Amino acid sequence: MSFSAATTQPLRLNTTAGAAARSNDKVPSSLLMSKTPSFLGSTRKLRPGCVAAKPNAQRRSAVVSVSEAVKEKKASASTNLLITREEGLELYEDMVLGRAFEDMCAQMYYRGKMFGFVHLYNGQEAVSTGFIKLTKQEDTVVSTYRDHVHSLSKGVPAREVMSELFGKATGCCRGQGGSMHMFSKAHNLIGGFAFIGEGIPVATGAAFSSKYRREVLKQADCDHVTLAFFGDGTANNGQFFECLNMAALWKLPIVFVVENNLWAIGMSHLRATSDPEIWKKGPAFGMPGVHVDGMDVLKVREVAKEAIGRARRGEGPTLVECETYRFRGHSLADPDELRDPAEKAHYAARDPITALKKYIFEHNLASEQELKAIDKKIDEVLEDAVEFADESPLPPRSQLLENVFADPKGFGIGPDGRYRCEDPKFTQGTAKV
Amino acid sequence: MLGIIRQKLGAGSSSATMLGQLQRIRPAASALRSFSSSAKEMTVRDALNSALDEEMSADPKVFLMGEEVGEYQGAYKITKGLLDKYGPERVLDTPITEAGFTGIGVGAAYYGLKPVVEFMTFNFSMQAIDHIINSAAKSNYMSAGQINVPIVFRGPNGAAAGVGAQHSQCYAAWFAAVPGLKVLAPYSSEDARGLLKAAIRDPDPVVFLENELLYGESFPVSAEVFDSSFCLPIGKAKIEREGKDITITAFSKMVGYALQAAEILAKEGINAEVINLRSIRPLDRATINTSVRKTNRLITVEEGFPQHGVGAEICASVVEESFGYLDAPVERVAGADVPMPYAANLERLAVPQIEDIVRAAKRACYRSVPLAASA
Repeated sequence: MSFSAATTQPLRLNTTAGAAARSNDKVPSSLLMSKTPSFLGSTRKLRPGCVAAKPNAQRRSAVVSVSEAVKEKKASASTNLLITREEGLELYEDMVLGRAFEDMCAQMYYRGKMFGFVHLYNGQEAVSTGFIKLTKQEDTVVSTYRDHVHSLSKGVPAREVMSELFGKATGCCRGQGGSMHMFSKAHNLIGGFAFIGEGIPVATGAAFSSKYRREVLKQADCDHVTLAFFGDGTANNGQFFECLNMAALWKLPIVFVVENNLWAIGMSHLRATSDPEIWKKGPAFGMPGVHVDGMDVLKVREVAKEAIGRARRGEGPTLVECETYRFRGHSLADPDELRDPAEKAHYAARDPITALKKYIFEHNLASEQELKAIDKKIDEVLEDAVEFADESPLPPRSQLLENVFADPKGFGIGPDGRYRCEDPKFTQGTAKV
Repeated sequence: MLGIIRQKLGAGSSSATMLGQLQRIRPAASALRSFSSSAKEMTVRDALNSALDEEMSADPKVFLMGEEVGEYQGAYKITKGLLDKYGPERVLDTPITEAGFTGIGVGAAYYGLKPVVEFMTFNFSMQAIDHIINSAAKSNYMSAGQINVPIVFRGPNGAAAGVGAQHSQCYAAWFAAVPGLKVLAPYSSEDARGLLKAAIRDPDPVVFLENELLYGESFPVSAEVFDSSFCLPIGKAKIEREGKDITITAFSKMVGYALQAAEILAKEGINAEVINLRSIRPLDRATINTSVRKTNRLITVEEGFPQHGVGAEICASVVEESFGYLDAPVERVAGADVPMPYAANLERLAVPQIEDIVRAAKRACYRSVPLAASA
């Protein structure tokens, strides 16, 4: 399956029947405009008729996920499932871990154990799990401030993430990064950036380094792929376009994953964007642009497989727009008053974990007890993580001046003519460096 | 912006037009420099080019990126010949996307490559300053040492000749305020070569502030400078001229002015000690304070804006550590507190001249000339 069709026109799915009808007609803009009132992100009330239709039909006009067509074809062609039993359980466990972790964060925040800015990922788990579970350890993930679940999916232990959030010395960044700056070299998670858009060029650089190492340093097996996660608000930022250009120009092994949850704090995507269909920005720069239902982990996984495969084979970048939703506010400090309750209810009904569970039961991949056992296991993991974080020590005073430089001679020469860092009592000193 | 640069450079022989500008601003430039017949000479441009060349050949992880660094041979010809030698995979011509390509450099540095990112002038670094500060300078700290960033940001800094307000700002003070960065400002060819090599080998982000008007200047260099392992330590200032009556600190082009001012002062019986800072962050406070304790008077000279400048920091440092040794208030000679004007005579007024340094030195030595009205 290739994305060549998606580079110029979207596939149009005939929603009344199971067969996929491919049409190459360009969607007239008037048609798109007329669909706007029923657009899911709109602040206007949803018309009851729309919601009652088939669950998969509730989609913007003719923009359809490529995998929808694939799935339809597959379903009618044979009885092949999209995932195996093991994969199903792995996906389920990862999503439940993400959800439970974020719920626990909210609890801990209101109890005062966590502080500062905390941005939770509830509702978007399908994107993180769908993409990151297809990556290798050596592949890179770059995220924004909403990075807890990306870290967990990439393999950073829950204990380390929780400790980091508590600001303890046992956190993945020894308490120096915090909620918005998760870094783990071992798992190739290189941030955690508070400035939206900042992570995109850094991710592009990581992809560049993968290509450089293969072609210039001749490390032939270096086919590492980079995933850059960011939101709909970021898709209007200049750096995003600069990197789409350079990634396509230099054919870098990167996938740009837009987690379009329709809201940037209180700014609706429609109010902020001249053309809200973000996937279209890919073809403008010479790469495929794909739109996928981000509440369905299996669809995300199908698209991710293709995009990551493309990058790994050296065919260049892909832009994937995942239509998703965050169940909670922008951050724990956000009163979340601007979003329409009907919209929230609509997406709550499309909870990705519930959807996966349904799929698993429908295809007899696992029993209810097995899933409950996983739920229980995750609860225990989290309790252990909180306990571990609670009991961990705060960073010692000497840690304040550590790691500012890789070469601490950067602190300069002291009044005695020797480098400051050579003084054994250097880190015990006062705030004046 | 490119249009202006191209106009200035013409087609090829940049040195001709540059020298023309130089003569306008520094009438007695080369006459004062005396050198022994055995010493060899090197221009700053050649020093930088050779340093880049040698570091790229020694370590395949070093690569260059920036606008016009490849086929154009460098907007100021600093990267001349490197594309032919190392190929387009290691000398990357980028589109005009400072934020994007600086971030790409940082991301590559996260993975152990050693990018040397060129800004056509440091004024354009403002479009990428988020990456210099937030993703380069702070990353080692935020990741608690897991990820260091061995990147070098280099390019011309400060005023050139008649390039107007948006191309003339000095960024030394801004970058030097940020923990996690190292900021270097070479003056002579020896400085340029040694400090650039040190910067490329350094595991931390380094901001390397060159000066366009110095590129064509020739300096005598000793034989060891030509060695490919020649390196200068980061954080150590150099005493260019020893003296006992007054200390003058300067960096980049102002070192040349300070030396000339010292010659003039010598004729009037004031023996000035000139310190070439070389490293703005970390500042070599030890050398500065030792000198002030010897001479008891200090002038700081810089080209940038006066408020919160490098001179302000040096003054504070000296007051903190050597207050009892000062016999006169510290004088700051800095650029005028205005955006750089275009007209040649106004531009001359907006940048410190040799006479300003001489006047300030005399004031510090209580030799008449009341304080000029400060802008």
